[in-house]
Amino acid sequence: MKVKVLSGDHAVAYAVKMCNVDVIPNYPITPQTLIIEKLSDFVFDGECDATFMPADSEHSAMSMAIGAAATGVRTFTATASQGLALMHEMLYVAPQTRLPIVMANVNRSLGAGSGIWAEYNDSMPERESGWMQCYVEDAQEAFDTIVQAYRLCEDQRVMLPLMMCLDAFVLSHTVEKVLLPEQAEVDAFLPRFRPLNFLDTQNPKFINIAVTPAHSMEMRYQLDHLMRETSSVVDEVDALFGKHFGRSYGGSIQPYRMEDAEHALITLGTATSTARVAVDELRKEGKKVGLIKLKYIRPFPHEQLRKALRGVSSLGVFDRSIAVNGFGPVFTEVRNSCYGMGMPITNHIAGIGGRDLTVATFKGMFEKIMRKEGAGRDCFWHGLRGDM
Amino acid sequence: MVEKAMTIKTMPQEDQLGSGHGACGGCGLSTAVNNVLRILGPDTVVYAPASCLLVFSAAYPISAFKVPFIYSAFENTGAVISGISAGLRKQGKQTYVVGIAGDGGTFDIGLQALAGAAERNDDVLYVCVDNEAYMNTGTQRSGSTPFGAWTTTTPVGSKTQGKRSFKKDMMCVVAGQDVAYAATLSIAHPNDFVKKVEKAKAMRGFRFLHIMTPCTSGWKTDPAVTYDLARLAVETGMWALYEIENGETTVTYRPEEMLPVENYLKLQGRFRHMSKEDIDTLQRWLCKRWDQRYHTDMVSKEEPKGDKELAMCGEETEGL
Repeated sequence: MKVKVLSGDHAVAYAVKMCNVDVIPNYPITPQTLIIEKLSDFVFDGECDATFMPADSEHSAMSMAIGAAATGVRTFTATASQGLALMHEMLYVAPQTRLPIVMANVNRSLGAGSGIWAEYNDSMPERESGWMQCYVEDAQEAFDTIVQAYRLCEDQRVMLPLMMCLDAFVLSHTVEKVLLPEQAEVDAFLPRFRPLNFLDTQNPKFINIAVTPAHSMEMRYQLDHLMRETSSVVDEVDALFGKHFGRSYGGSIQPYRMEDAEHALITLGTATSTARVAVDELRKEGKKVGLIKLKYIRPFPHEQLRKALRGVSSLGVFDRSIAVNGFGPVFTEVRNSCYGMGMPITNHIAGIGGRDLTVATFKGMFEKIMRKEGAGRDCFWHGLRGDM
Repeated sequence: MVEKAMTIKTMPQEDQLGSGHGACGGCGLSTAVNNVLRILGPDTVVYAPASCLLVFSAAYPISAFKVPFIYSAFENTGAVISGISAGLRKQGKQTYVVGIAGDGGTFDIGLQALAGAAERNDDVLYVCVDNEAYMNTGTQRSGSTPFGAWTTTTPVGSKTQGKRSFKKDMMCVVAGQDVAYAATLSIAHPNDFVKKVEKAKAMRGFRFLHIMTPCTSGWKTDPAVTYDLARLAVETGMWALYEIENGETTVTYRPEEMLPVENYLKLQGRFRHMSKEDIDTLQRWLCKRWDQRYHTDMVSKEEPKGDKELAMCGEETEGL
């Protein structure tokens, strides 16, 4: 084991190298560029023998990943924001054709009225595409989750692509201590990829052709069902990772001080670390608060979440994006999943466009949750400028 | 002893695109694809974007392709075949990777991905089957549609009749990228066709084959005249047969004399409305092209003699 000081992006690149990825199509976009720059260093220095493929666009990068994965090799690509939006069309191809591509998406706000800072309005709309989607909190988790991702995606019960999301700059460009395992340890955890269906002239098959209404519906049903069943494999892979490396993340969700919590907040991404401090401070004041980090939004951990929320009398959900004229997407997911549980659930929007999230921000959320303000209907915005 | 070039008579006859597919009678595209794949053989992977080829050859759960086949979208042929090639080469497989896209998927929406593959010189064969409009979606105009032609988006209106701009010179765009090989092909010149596919097959790096494929439904023509149209296109200058290798252009078939374009136009419903003035405009454009192609030093090498008699229709096209 080695200890290195790495940015979140570089931790991703190290993980990709150690996972013996075969083909890396790529296209630059801030704040993802550190990933592909580091990977190009590895390839050009001969430390990684992946085929590094500079694409003409993110649309082409995902198209290349699909082409390469269809031959049965391990692929990786990375993107952010506008790049992910440009890939949108191609994203829908990979799950239905059962191609276990792993991608890092550095969350950055999308569209006009935004810049290059953290927001989840790039990745959240893609949770309908059939990709597994998860959010990580720090550089170590970014490294570990990439290693877990290949094991998970290539599991023959799964065979789906995964999008690992990490926050722009707060994680992508912030350096932290990262424990890097030995190559042999990664190899022991991650077996060689054994594809099920691939382009093979010895055994010709078609992979994705036109489908008529006679079969299309069953294919969607199968994909939907598969994703539901995959949630237990997520937890299984994380537990196995824990056995191999001595670190694990609770699988789909990670509860914090939830044992006797009456008031809970659901968070995701780097905000979780800050929110934990808020929980600790409120606990010191005798408040029975707890927190659940939602790591995987696809597959959505319905059962795990409902189990962790038993006994909670009011719940808040943090969202770093807004579905305009609706709610934050995580809130919508959680409320649907917890329908019938009885407790009021409120939505707490904060950190949009990369606005700072502080301990006070999360204490403000808990105040509303503890007072049961809003009674399950309201969407609170935290940290707006005073003139709003 | 000089090895004899493959001809229509000596080429492999094993179909990789089986019979029973749904192409129209008289479809130039299916003939072109079938013969390209016969020459490439069974160790070939095919990618087709959204196109007539996709729709007539494969609909779940059946496919006319006997070789592995994949589809994903419209604008990404260059990118997907690059990915397939990278994946196969990483495994040490030398399987031929061919992307077969229409003119819309090549000239217009697929141009960027094509340019990317060409610039990287990826080890792929890109085949453009050019029927001069978006035929699969009902004959909308593309960057390949010739001047004056009717399409459903260049209709014959009371104010404007047919397409007002000229066909894009796609070969020029591709050849500008230092590719390994680029050639134009015609289904009416089968030996020339076979030779070029065979040549492209033997090379490595990015190769581009541009095949004119008459379309009976979109061109509003009698299915029986598909070959006549392919032949007349060359004789009138609406199509030219040449190849570009190491930056050198070689004309592979030189018509004896230029036939008036009207001979070609009058067989097709899509040109029926054209005014004398528009026909003259097209003819003038063609004459300029003809001179550039056949009478300037752009032609750096003379075409090999003796191929011309093999290039015509008739007995030689049997089996195509």
